[in-house]
Amino acid sequence: MSNTPLTPGITAGRLPEESYAAQFSDLHPVLDEHEALVAADRCYFCHDAPCMTACPTSIDVPLFIRQIMTGTPEAAAKTILEQNILGGMCARVCPTETLCEEVCVREVAEGKPVEIGRLQRYATDILMEKGEHPFTRAEPTGKTVAVVGAGPAGLSAAHRLAMYGHDVVMFDARPKSGGLNEYGIASYKAPDGFAQKEVDWLMQIGGITVVNGKKLGAELSLEGLKSEYDAVFLAIGLAGVNALRAEGEDKGGVLDAVDFISELRQAEDLSKLPVGRNVVVIGGGMTAVDAAVQAKLLGAQNVSMVYRRGRARMSASEYEQDLAASKGVQIFYNAAPVAVYGNGSVTEVEFEYTAEDGGTLKGTGETFRLPADQVFKAIGQTLDGVPDEVEITGGKIAVDAVGRTSVSGIWAGGDCATGGEDLTVTAVAEGRDAAEDIHAKLMEG
Amino acid sequence: MADLTSTFCGIKSPNPFWLASAPPTDKEYNVRRAFEAGWGGVVWKTLGEEGPPVVNVNGPRYGAIYGADRRLLGLNNIELITDRPLEVNLEEMTRVKKDYPDRALIASVMVPCDAESWKSIIPRIAETGCDGFELNFGCPHGMAERGMGAAVGQVPEYIEMVTRWCKEATDLPVIVKLTPNITNILAPAEAALRGGADAVSLINTINSIATVNLDLFAPEPMIDGKGTHGGYCGPAVKPIAMNMVAEIARNPETANLPISGIGGVTTWRDAAEFMALGAGNVQVCTAAMTYGFKIVQEMISGLSQYLDEKDMALSELVGKATPNVTDWQYLNLNHVTKAEISQDDCIKCGRCYAACEDTSHQAIEMSADRTFTVKDEECVACNLCVNVCPIEGCITMKTLEKGEVDPRTGETVGDYANWTTHPNNVAACSAE
Repeated sequence: MSNTPLTPGITAGRLPEESYAAQFSDLHPVLDEHEALVAADRCYFCHDAPCMTACPTSIDVPLFIRQIMTGTPEAAAKTILEQNILGGMCARVCPTETLCEEVCVREVAEGKPVEIGRLQRYATDILMEKGEHPFTRAEPTGKTVAVVGAGPAGLSAAHRLAMYGHDVVMFDARPKSGGLNEYGIASYKAPDGFAQKEVDWLMQIGGITVVNGKKLGAELSLEGLKSEYDAVFLAIGLAGVNALRAEGEDKGGVLDAVDFISELRQAEDLSKLPVGRNVVVIGGGMTAVDAAVQAKLLGAQNVSMVYRRGRARMSASEYEQDLAASKGVQIFYNAAPVAVYGNGSVTEVEFEYTAEDGGTLKGTGETFRLPADQVFKAIGQTLDGVPDEVEITGGKIAVDAVGRTSVSGIWAGGDCATGGEDLTVTAVAEGRDAAEDIHAKLMEG
Repeated sequence: MADLTSTFCGIKSPNPFWLASAPPTDKEYNVRRAFEAGWGGVVWKTLGEEGPPVVNVNGPRYGAIYGADRRLLGLNNIELITDRPLEVNLEEMTRVKKDYPDRALIASVMVPCDAESWKSIIPRIAETGCDGFELNFGCPHGMAERGMGAAVGQVPEYIEMVTRWCKEATDLPVIVKLTPNITNILAPAEAALRGGADAVSLINTINSIATVNLDLFAPEPMIDGKGTHGGYCGPAVKPIAMNMVAEIARNPETANLPISGIGGVTTWRDAAEFMALGAGNVQVCTAAMTYGFKIVQEMISGLSQYLDEKDMALSELVGKATPNVTDWQYLNLNHVTKAEISQDDCIKCGRCYAACEDTSHQAIEMSADRTFTVKDEECVACNLCVNVCPIEGCITMKTLEKGEVDPRTGETVGDYANWTTHPNNVAACSAE
């Protein structure tokens, strides 16, 4: 007897085997040529375009869209990639509804923006499918740079540095490069192994050596890196996970959402991946949405997402919230976890309603319980493994506008560093800008 | 519903929408369908002389240019006159006219440039019961190489001569179709009038190369690696056609010569514009070739509604704008306007700014928060900002009243005055 969404407990194969591929297929399929031309034609080629300003990597959006319109998507891709070497992934995962497309004058005027994200994907896909790498590495400079972390910030910095002719060694704690692109993003946003394809494509620049399985604070020391390389760029992300601070959170079935997402992304066969019948996700960010939606897609009968504050404060965009709702996730606002119940493994989670009172969140005293055999914690990640000598501000490595840390010769960027939102595109911008500064510094003589 | 019944140089039709002589009117099957769809008249695809008919190429006959979403803006063709035997066409025309007596059926004709050819074929075609003739002096490709079509239309003396032959050969109305591939449309129009033409129709297609294949390096449509110029038509040619219609309509000598307007008519509005400039009716081809015969239904309903709203008869519309078409020298130089941007409607795209700043008069200011405002002291009222603004009605032209001071020139707006009396005009007549 095969399993169904109603099968109690945590189990795999809740859906017919053939349905997983469709469940986890591309959220936004790529535009075909005609669709791209029609979508491109809607761009007004604004002067000093707001979309370009809104993009953390400042991609020249009107120009690349015009290049698509005139039948040169490869040139469009180059325009994108010059600013954002991970333009392919960003086209898939960027919350465009809160960035470029939010400020598109046609969004403001008609509530229907130019589909910038999908057009970006159209152009970058065409270039990458051809296997072309439009950049060439300069003559070697003999300078060496250690990049710690092979996520978006690290990849971006490594590529720019290698392009300038520096020899880059890129370390990562995990067995694969890509960081959150590979381990931390819902699979329907970047199916078909795109994250690895993009890394492989990026590495064509040459001059980057990848060393996996090395973690700062374990196999790697900042002192060692400093002495061995001319510059160090830290892009280690946020490896720690915040605790619920609710009684009983150590019970079985209570997991970190990032681990669930990572496991799902690495799973060879989704029908073998167990999921609860009643899943409760605690948190209000993109990670919470990605975990909740994917639990539902795996066949969980009931998936609830519980956020301690109101809808407006949720860091997942309205679009993401609507996506979750459309997949059948029930979202509870203004409720904080109080206790996790169960005999060994979780069976129920108790929440208390909250109200904001002059900025502070207070319990109302009223509580409710949700049945749960699997709980995913998605209430934020924390910095982990940074030596004391590096100044930390608000839980992140303190950096200036170009990524310099308090320690000479050490730069940092991405989620581990201060500045900007924790987004792939922001990390790419920070990696790129730090690389520019490192390059300038190394070439001073 | 306004009465759209039309009488054009004595030819009656239930509405002023005729299909032009072209592939849509090539044979009985199409023409019957056109009449069923509601077309007021049809100019049958041009008939040639008896004997082996012309042949067409067997590769592509059309090339195109597109706007957004592959909207067809211009079509160019290298098709010749009918490639079916004369006898077959005449039989079909006879049958169709018999079944649709209320519709206009016009025979388009093109035969070699000698009196015998024209004088013998005209009476023969008249036996079909057709309502009139249209002399094809316009076709710019293929036939012109054989001394016909535009080769005649480009020589006013030939136009006059052939028109006279035809008028001598029939009592039916004779319409002369003019080619735009000349420098001054008045010369052929006046020649047609001298020859006794009852009307002119224009424009025929414009010499053109639609596109160039950048892999094979040849014009398109391309036949076995070569291309030739074709005739250009469709929405893109409408402004050129309307100017030529207006020139004939306002020329004193040809002012009373009926004009059948042709060139990019796609909607009722296009038809109304042509008619306001002086066309008595319109002929349509590319729009039908793009969307099918059914478009005439929109033209009928649209023109009726417009006439109702204006409380105007169709005959009143014809030429209503003609008196307002004038020469540049008579334009009022004391009519001063300034662009005005509606901040409520502005979507802050900045196109007006880019256009004005880069290519015009630096008369638009952009603030840090993307508010765009017109600098009246710089604005020459060129209208480019209005034209490039994607929001209709967002930028308008405000007219300064008499007595107001133009901040750009510091001069007070005065009464009507044109170039003929302007102090900078060395040839100006004295104002006294």
